[in-house]
Amino acid sequence: MPEDWENGGFGLYIHWPFCQSKCPYCDFNSHVVASIDQDRWARAYLSEIDRVGQLTQGRILKSVFFGGGTPSLMDPELVHAILDKVRKTWRMTNSCEITLEANPTSVEASRFHGYHDAGVNRVSMGFQSLNNDDLRALGRLHSVEDAMKAFDVARNVFDRVSFDLIYARQNQTLENWRIELKQALSLAIDHLSLYQLTIEDGTAFGDRYAVGKLRGLPDDDAAADMYDATQEICDQMGFPVYEVSNHAPEGAESQHNLIYWRYGDYAGIGPGAHGRLTLNGIRHATETHTAPQMWLNAVETKGSGETLSEALTAEDAVTEFLLMGMRLTEGVDLNRLQALGGDRFSNNINRMTEMGFVETKAGRLCVSATGRPVLNGVLRELLAD
Amino acid sequence: MTDLSHIRNFSIVAHIDHGKSTLADRLIQSTQTVADRDMKAQLLDSMDIERERGITIKANTVRIDYLADNGEKYVLNLIDTPGHVDFAYEVSRSMRAVEGSLLVVDSTQGVEAQTLANVYQAIDANHEIVPVLNKIDLPAADCERVAEQIEDVIGIDASEALQVSAKSGIGIKETLEAIVHRLPAPKGDRDAPLKAMLVDSWYDSYLGVVVLVRIVDGVLRKNDKVKFMSNGTVHHVDRIGVFKPAMLAVDELGPGEIGFLTASIKQVRDTRVGDTITHDKKGADTPLPGFKPSIPVVFCGLFPVDSSEFEDMRDAIEKLALNDASFSYEMESSAALGFGFRCGFLGLLHLEVIRDRIEREYNIDLITTAPSVVYHLHMKSGEVRDLHNPADMPDQTLIDHIEEPRIKATILVPDEYLGDVLKLCQDRRGIQLNLTYAGSRAMTEYDLPLNEVVFDFYDRLKSVTKGYASFDYHLVGYREDNLVKMSILVNEEPVDALSMLVHRDRAETRGRAMCEKLKDLIPRHMFKIPIQAAIGAKVIARETLSAMRKDVTAKCYGGDATRKRKLLDKQKAGKKKMRQFGKVEIPQEAFISALKMDD
Repeated sequence: MPEDWENGGFGLYIHWPFCQSKCPYCDFNSHVVASIDQDRWARAYLSEIDRVGQLTQGRILKSVFFGGGTPSLMDPELVHAILDKVRKTWRMTNSCEITLEANPTSVEASRFHGYHDAGVNRVSMGFQSLNNDDLRALGRLHSVEDAMKAFDVARNVFDRVSFDLIYARQNQTLENWRIELKQALSLAIDHLSLYQLTIEDGTAFGDRYAVGKLRGLPDDDAAADMYDATQEICDQMGFPVYEVSNHAPEGAESQHNLIYWRYGDYAGIGPGAHGRLTLNGIRHATETHTAPQMWLNAVETKGSGETLSEALTAEDAVTEFLLMGMRLTEGVDLNRLQALGGDRFSNNINRMTEMGFVETKAGRLCVSATGRPVLNGVLRELLAD
Repeated sequence: MTDLSHIRNFSIVAHIDHGKSTLADRLIQSTQTVADRDMKAQLLDSMDIERERGITIKANTVRIDYLADNGEKYVLNLIDTPGHVDFAYEVSRSMRAVEGSLLVVDSTQGVEAQTLANVYQAIDANHEIVPVLNKIDLPAADCERVAEQIEDVIGIDASEALQVSAKSGIGIKETLEAIVHRLPAPKGDRDAPLKAMLVDSWYDSYLGVVVLVRIVDGVLRKNDKVKFMSNGTVHHVDRIGVFKPAMLAVDELGPGEIGFLTASIKQVRDTRVGDTITHDKKGADTPLPGFKPSIPVVFCGLFPVDSSEFEDMRDAIEKLALNDASFSYEMESSAALGFGFRCGFLGLLHLEVIRDRIEREYNIDLITTAPSVVYHLHMKSGEVRDLHNPADMPDQTLIDHIEEPRIKATILVPDEYLGDVLKLCQDRRGIQLNLTYAGSRAMTEYDLPLNEVVFDFYDRLKSVTKGYASFDYHLVGYREDNLVKMSILVNEEPVDALSMLVHRDRAETRGRAMCEKLKDLIPRHMFKIPIQAAIGAKVIARETLSAMRKDVTAKCYGGDATRKRKLLDKQKAGKKKMRQFGKVEIPQEAFISALKMDD
């Protein structure tokens, strides 16, 4: 009998923890350092791939994703070495997606050919805004012009290019966003990630917000209007929402991220990388040292950067299955939900169906268009005791 | 045992913060009653809440041995009394146990409302009163003006007022001498049958009930068989002693002395304050004049936030009631809040103190419902019913009329704030009885409905006068008025814990204010929620809380699964702080916050 994770497939996430500067809204595990010994890091990544490979022998890899931090600061040789090791460790699907996150600057664009030669076949670029004032407010080092040049290089080198925008920014009006979004869609190749600005604790924006100094953010109603407009415009331009913040024509979805949302298995390598691995039939949550130097030392001296490998309870697993899966327009397979012990949610599902927040189509439970902007509330209700 | 002529029994009366407890501390310290190393500030306030709030709740007693300038040894018994209006009853009975009072007035502030209330109690008890001007070393001290004010407002001679700084230890010796020479010695007959006044009692987990007594006639000894005259119960005295302020056993207590007895009594309720204790055999025939029992005037529901804690809460309430006979409780069940207790208190401070003690000492989170007063319902059948809880209001058509308790409030305030104070009193349906001036301070008296005062009147008064007003009140009786029950409906469902009796003319204003408040207090839900105020079936105010429109995490990738799952668990735990009404969750703080009026 196949294991549950096989419904989502198996992928590999590689975390590169360094950035040139820290963005004020970012709560990811990223660090700014003066110099990096890339050879030393290469040895550590290869060692970790060996370790995780032992645990996942015989699996077929569907995707590799270099995330960060800013992975476009990696030497192409380092990416090459990692991908060579990956190919020796696992069999890969023919269409295996290998994505690398990139900042849209000329320096980084100069490495795109090298990444492509190493095997990368998709880049995801952090545009964030098509407006120079807003880029500065977001703490970005690039300009719109830089971004456009880098984007030109990217689309000549790679078949698949995605970019990110952040909206619901300070002092942004609905009308400004509509214009900016249409412009973005006219550039878009096959994929767009559109995130509403979230103020996270522990970030520079979070600190400013806490003392009332981050002004001009849209209120919930204005943010809701922007979200609605986003759906409408993307639909018209052939980029329907396939996940809360992700848009793509059918077939161009991020295969890697689909593994998360379809609750497949993924190995996480690098400082602070999380994983989900089914070991002996039980889903495990894995974590690694977050601080880059700690991780490096642990890999070198103990042969593992892992700090946690915890068996999830059936309840935790079904919760995560819904938390991730309901973000997708396709929703979750009801048979799978039942197999994971989700029967106890049937009253909640009925109630949410009556209220029009979820719907059942062809054996799948999915969030409705009215439910998606309030998905957190829908999930709280679905998962209520 | 001390001869009557060498005993002085006294209390200290003062407005809050005028330095009563500090003066008591100094008297205790300067006579070496307590060793310096054991001395701590506000020695007589033993409860955490007393120390934190700087108030005295229970009366406390200390015996001070004093070697006077004339070479004679005196026993000075101090009963430290609460200053707050809620505990006026404690004050009145303590006053009955002593012959004199020190009237402490802050020489930088002057006479305040509580000073008046308490000093009148002392006058009622025929006390000799020695005025003490405190804080004389502060630059703002104005002894002459304050002495004049004492003469004008209170009407007692202040020409020989003592000038003291309790904090700096100035005038302490003079105060002790004045206690000896200006306060009268107690009277009593050592050979008469025992008559001891039961001044107070409390529960001690080691000793059982401890009874504070003032011996009027006769002698009380260990192992005596005594009778409580109100109910005829007989007890074997197993311990007698005095407070220094720690308990110290003595062989006997004679006339004029103040001390304690224990007699294996299990419940404070078995000891009635004001009762007369005499010997079982050869006892007194007639008891001392008793005290009026204290009556709870403010009622509210207390419910555990976590309904599984109901039994723990019952334990806590029973234990607190053991030690506080003025607090009443009965089980209550609310459609919305589940099981809890309807509790009666002497006033709002008393309510807060009890609630804080349950929450802190027993670690139970509570939901407090709207405080209410006791209404008299005159039914068409001729029956008169007490209504403690608006949720129990019978069909209005069965009621002929409703009477509500009224108070006489005394407010002292600098005249620049007088206008705001008068407006506040008018808004609360007050009737002005009196307005006089003492210097730049105005004193006004108002007849006010207690239900307008019970909730946030004092907070509002403090806020409109920047804390400069002082306030005191006492109940004056019941009067008919046009009162109706106002219900609050959330999502079409009545929330019993929010219903209240209001004056018909004020119903719309109150209703609108409540609906607006609730709209802010209730978080947005997945659906829109009408919030209504109604009298019977008639809706008099309405607000709509619109549905939540945006609540979705923007980014959720492989590294976020754990965090999102834990966040959800945390939110589930947070739900315990909410109460479910039909489909709507109302945060617990809403039950009190909704009532606050920013008028």
